[in-house]
Amino acid sequence: MTAPILEVEGLVKHFDVSRHVKVHAVNGVSFSIREGETLGVVGESGSGKSTIGRSVIRLLSPTGGTIRFRGRDITNLPESACRPLRAEMQMVFQDPWSALNPRIRIGDLIAEPLKLHTRLSAAERRDRAEALAIRVRLTPELLTRFPAELSGGQLQRVCIARAIATSPKLIVLDEPTSSLDLSVRAGILELLAELKAETGAAMMFISHDLGTVKLISDRILVLYLGSVVEYAPTAQVFADAAHPYSQALMSAHLPADPDAVLKRHVLQGEIPSPINLPPGCHFASRCPVAVPRCRIETPRLDAVAGDAEHRAACLRIAEGANRIPALEDAHG
Amino acid sequence: MSLLRVEDLHTHFISRDLDNQIQVAKALNGVSFSLDAGRILGLVGETGAGKSLTATSIMGLLRPPARIMGGRALFQGQDLLAMPDDDLNALRGRDIALVVQSPKSSLDPLSRIGDQLIRIRRAHRGGTASEAREKAIATLGALGIPDPARRMQAWPHELSGGMAQRVLIALALMNEPRLLIADEPTTGLDVTVQAQILDLLRDLVRRTGIAAMIITHDLGVVAHYCDEMAVMYAGAIVESGPVRQVFRRPAHPYTVNLIGATPERLRLGATRTVGGPPPNLKALPPGCPYQDRCPQAGADCTMVPPDVPLGEGHVARCHRVAA
Repeated sequence: MTAPILEVEGLVKHFDVSRHVKVHAVNGVSFSIREGETLGVVGESGSGKSTIGRSVIRLLSPTGGTIRFRGRDITNLPESACRPLRAEMQMVFQDPWSALNPRIRIGDLIAEPLKLHTRLSAAERRDRAEALAIRVRLTPELLTRFPAELSGGQLQRVCIARAIATSPKLIVLDEPTSSLDLSVRAGILELLAELKAETGAAMMFISHDLGTVKLISDRILVLYLGSVVEYAPTAQVFADAAHPYSQALMSAHLPADPDAVLKRHVLQGEIPSPINLPPGCHFASRCPVAVPRCRIETPRLDAVAGDAEHRAACLRIAEGANRIPALEDAHG
Repeated sequence: MSLLRVEDLHTHFISRDLDNQIQVAKALNGVSFSLDAGRILGLVGETGAGKSLTATSIMGLLRPPARIMGGRALFQGQDLLAMPDDDLNALRGRDIALVVQSPKSSLDPLSRIGDQLIRIRRAHRGGTASEAREKAIATLGALGIPDPARRMQAWPHELSGGMAQRVLIALALMNEPRLLIADEPTTGLDVTVQAQILDLLRDLVRRTGIAAMIITHDLGVVAHYCDEMAVMYAGAIVESGPVRQVFRRPAHPYTVNLIGATPERLRLGATRTVGGPPPNLKALPPGCPYQDRCPQAGADCTMVPPDVPLGEGHVARCHRVAA
């Protein structure tokens, strides 16, 4: 087993709304990413996906917990010490239109990380930027253009070229394909898969699109209200989710195939506010198999059926009562 | 007879550029389809394909510079496009209801939910306020909104996204429409909430026999909730038919590419040509709009392609498709 490139333990991030009101965005999240691995992070809005991604590369300072990158504790590193680190950890954001400075030409945008993190000369940077553009399948003519002249898919390729410019060990991708059309999205996913094979960079792929996550991830972290509810290899989460929330989430996914049989577990209600979190399991208010003690005891992220690779946080798993009832599939 | 029959609908955006030259963007180029009662049609396509514009054209909601250049939209035999405004106003919100994409900005922020529901009922069906109120509570209840009588007092800003979308559907259903058009009804909602809303729409169609048109870019929604589908590209329907048929045997090269780009069909590592930016509607080539990207394009593609019937209502508009 390869050593983890990133180890996150008990990560907590609270945002102060006012003196007495806190948003509990992330509440004790632990996971690791191995070298060359793609970890899919899924969950609904407000589950803390993006906050975790931003904390990991230290765009946010955690409230608690530890973050280790290649064995080094970076949790409380001052900003000046974080900067050189970012050559090794990069991020791609959801909205490429707002991620790029509209007044800088594409070629200079791609060369920018090289200027910050390497000692290459201007001419060398230009050559390298052109090579990177070709690598992400942008035609070199585009290098002299401005962001407003490119399409969304092309801009996202620019962002990816910037992210891989310094050969990082870890790339955090926060919903990189969510704002793109289906056929453009497919091209970006193909590019990411190639880069993964070629560079061996580990990736943290944050998305609410389960089809995409299933395609690209090795393991999946399922979040609910800032806590990990399940953490397992991709195939296992899709075929045999243990946590009631993961079961419902996976079953709500609609594969683009009318012949796929849906297991339907429709949840009632919506995700509660992360301002006043209830004690116990945060999912208990919507959980079809919750019992009174779920509202008191906080479940631990334990191995499921003795399998250390498959972890879930639910008190009812040990009792064998974690399966939520399926609805009849009305359409056939 | 179909409940809704759209024939050869053309909508253009006509404007002047900075040099005062007239610019014409041909946004809809001969859209034709029909929809029967009790059926759900999925209208799919990528950004700029003309999905929402098809709905707003039919509903008479276009604003300049958009203009309908030709075609008919027959609803129960009457042409909506030729109807006087007063007649259309009477029909909209009563027999045809539209559920738009962003629920939060479509509710009146200064009226309580209940007042909005009562208002739309009385505007079209008359009756007393208390009758309308009963109907409103019943409609909210039928949409799975807990404690509907109390919800009537809520303000739009107090609602979550899923709840606001339900209220919007309730508004659409207050007058028992015959046709419901839902434009991206679940975009922006979480998947578990999406399932609730779509289940509700489908149950409604099955139970009351109304017709529904769902406009979406999500092929998963079409695959599991629609009976028929119509694929749009550059303002035209390039392929249509029963959902299973189209998914199993897509005929138009664009549909083949689109379905092949879904995560379910995509095979990473097998490099293939993929889509580019949306086509330029101001400079569409003559003939098939997909010819410049089509792997199978030939000389005849500069001629207008025929609608080739493939059986059981499955039709593809392409020179390369054999009947």
